[in-house]
Amino acid sequence: MNPLLPHPAEIVEKHSFGPDIHAYRMVLRDPAARPLFDFRPGQFNMVYVPGVGEVAISISSDPEEETLEHTIRIVGRTTRVIAEKGVGDVLGLRGPYGNGWPLENARFKDLLIVTGGLGCAPVSGAIDYVFRRRANYGHVTILHGVKKAADLIHRERFEIWRREPDTTVMLTSDQPDRAWKDRTGVVTELFEEVAFDPIRTQVLMCGPEVMMRYASHILEQRGLSRERMFVSIERNMRCAVGLCGHCQLGPEFVCKDGPIFRLSELDRFFRTGHL
Amino acid sequence: MPRSPSDGDEANRISASRFLARPRLQELIDALRGRGYRVIAPVPRDGAVVYAEVESADALPRGLRESQAPGRYRLEAATGDRVFDVVNGPGALKPFFFAPRETLLQVRTDAAGFEASETLPETPPTAFLGVRACDLAALGVQDRIFRRGRFPDAWYEARRRDVLVVAVNCVRSAATCFCTSFGTGPEAREGHDLVLTEQEDGFVARSGTPAGAEVLDGLSLPPAGAERVEAEHGALVACAEGMERGIDTEGFPELLYARLEHPRWAETGERCLSCGNCTAVCPTCFCHDESDEPALDGSGAVRVREWDSCFDRDHAQVHGLNFRPHIAHRYRQWLVHKLGAWIDQFGESGCVGCGRCITWCPVGIDITEEVAALRTEAP
Repeated sequence: MNPLLPHPAEIVEKHSFGPDIHAYRMVLRDPAARPLFDFRPGQFNMVYVPGVGEVAISISSDPEEETLEHTIRIVGRTTRVIAEKGVGDVLGLRGPYGNGWPLENARFKDLLIVTGGLGCAPVSGAIDYVFRRRANYGHVTILHGVKKAADLIHRERFEIWRREPDTTVMLTSDQPDRAWKDRTGVVTELFEEVAFDPIRTQVLMCGPEVMMRYASHILEQRGLSRERMFVSIERNMRCAVGLCGHCQLGPEFVCKDGPIFRLSELDRFFRTGHL
Repeated sequence: MPRSPSDGDEANRISASRFLARPRLQELIDALRGRGYRVIAPVPRDGAVVYAEVESADALPRGLRESQAPGRYRLEAATGDRVFDVVNGPGALKPFFFAPRETLLQVRTDAAGFEASETLPETPPTAFLGVRACDLAALGVQDRIFRRGRFPDAWYEARRRDVLVVAVNCVRSAATCFCTSFGTGPEAREGHDLVLTEQEDGFVARSGTPAGAEVLDGLSLPPAGAERVEAEHGALVACAEGMERGIDTEGFPELLYARLEHPRWAETGERCLSCGNCTAVCPTCFCHDESDEPALDGSGAVRVREWDSCFDRDHAQVHGLNFRPHIAHRYRQWLVHKLGAWIDQFGESGCVGCGRCITWCPVGIDITEEVAALRTEAP
């Protein structure tokens, strides 16, 4: 099977979070192709619109579900066309690509999940995965920051997670509106309010690199090793098979070596800007 | 590290060497064509040498040589009727396998959805005549990317499958050459089926594979003899020793990673036009983009692949965020990838020392000079 061939997949459910963000549940036209799409949370598919183009979108559903969910924000031409699609429409999928979050080796550890902005989709699938296997993990702390209050999507998901046992969920907005009842400020300020055991804790981070750089710095000062911090890296992913060259970050092809990296392995390529 | 252009058992080398008198070069071309190959060789065209299909040895750049310098390339008349004195031109073998533009998929759409199928090229068996050691090494570099990676590329493979290479050892280097820094030349070492070394009246010829040996045997050539083989050796040593440029690769890739914040990047970023010439002429650069071209009648689309360049402004662009907004960032990406990160990615350097990026840079940025400056610790 040629890895660049997209598989037709039908949209069976669409959930909109405002005009710009839509979650699609999809079913492959050819049910026999479903095993090819077995994935780990944090992996992504290339979502294809015939005649328009392809975009890399992380898979936000649970690996054990039959349908595949992608949460897509309108950021350009292809995603704008996808936003017009609805139930019954057919898109193309190829994947899954990338390595996924290291959730297996995080078993029985505490998790500190730090996310910023709209790009939290790569983590939300991982969080659901953890809570469906709740007994396998220790304390879960979810810290999520947005710029404007309106940027918070999936609020109901955070409320569900908040009710999980042994779980801390904190939300913060840099530019809150009047209705905002959570914290004010940037996500790294929340670190002052949470306690964690540096030896038992594994960190998952996703969001703007400036935020992750600063967050990793603070966490390191609090005794957490960079070996225990994992970041989801965003780059221009065109082919997803490590051949087109666009997603490089130092020696890494983010599409196939990532998009999740142990921070200690990215080292200076993460710290140096504009690579 | 420069290496001796010749090693191995001298006696073997002598016994394996044949002599092809220059007037008989046509016989070699005819033999290749007779075996069903189209023959691609360097030919002078529009003031440069390019690889193109030939039927006759008369098409080769006879009595020509080139002068190369940073930002400069000229073909010049030379005395004698040697045919392989022009070291190289802007084009390498790359476009023959990794096409500058090609259709990947045919996509048909209808009310029920779409159907995509791959469109693989049908390429005739191809023999390349006159391939330099640097370009042969570059072919190996591209093979490791497109043929031997986790996702072998079906389109590259379709073009690459049925190929025969007749290499030519360099007895003359251009002023921009530095293959000895990477051990890729001036003598072809691996990947060729036949190899020729040009002398005053003809060529010392040896085979590198059974397929090459078959062609050679078919020509019933006389032995080259010890004298010619010794002369060949001397010419290769002289060529290697005469190369003026070089890159000290000691400590790569780590040394380059340690120079990511060097002030030289900003200085070179001021000179670089970000035109992408260097990546277009580079025999190993592999960046490309894929895009859809919808059919005008709405029946579907074709998915097209085209060369791209890390010097393109949008190369590292993600929805409104550009990871390399300035030219200096892009130049750094190109050089650190080519000479450094490539080693981590593919186990070898991405540079073969052909010097094309120096010659075809409109402002004459010289990668060997850049590395020398980067090796010096910032003040």
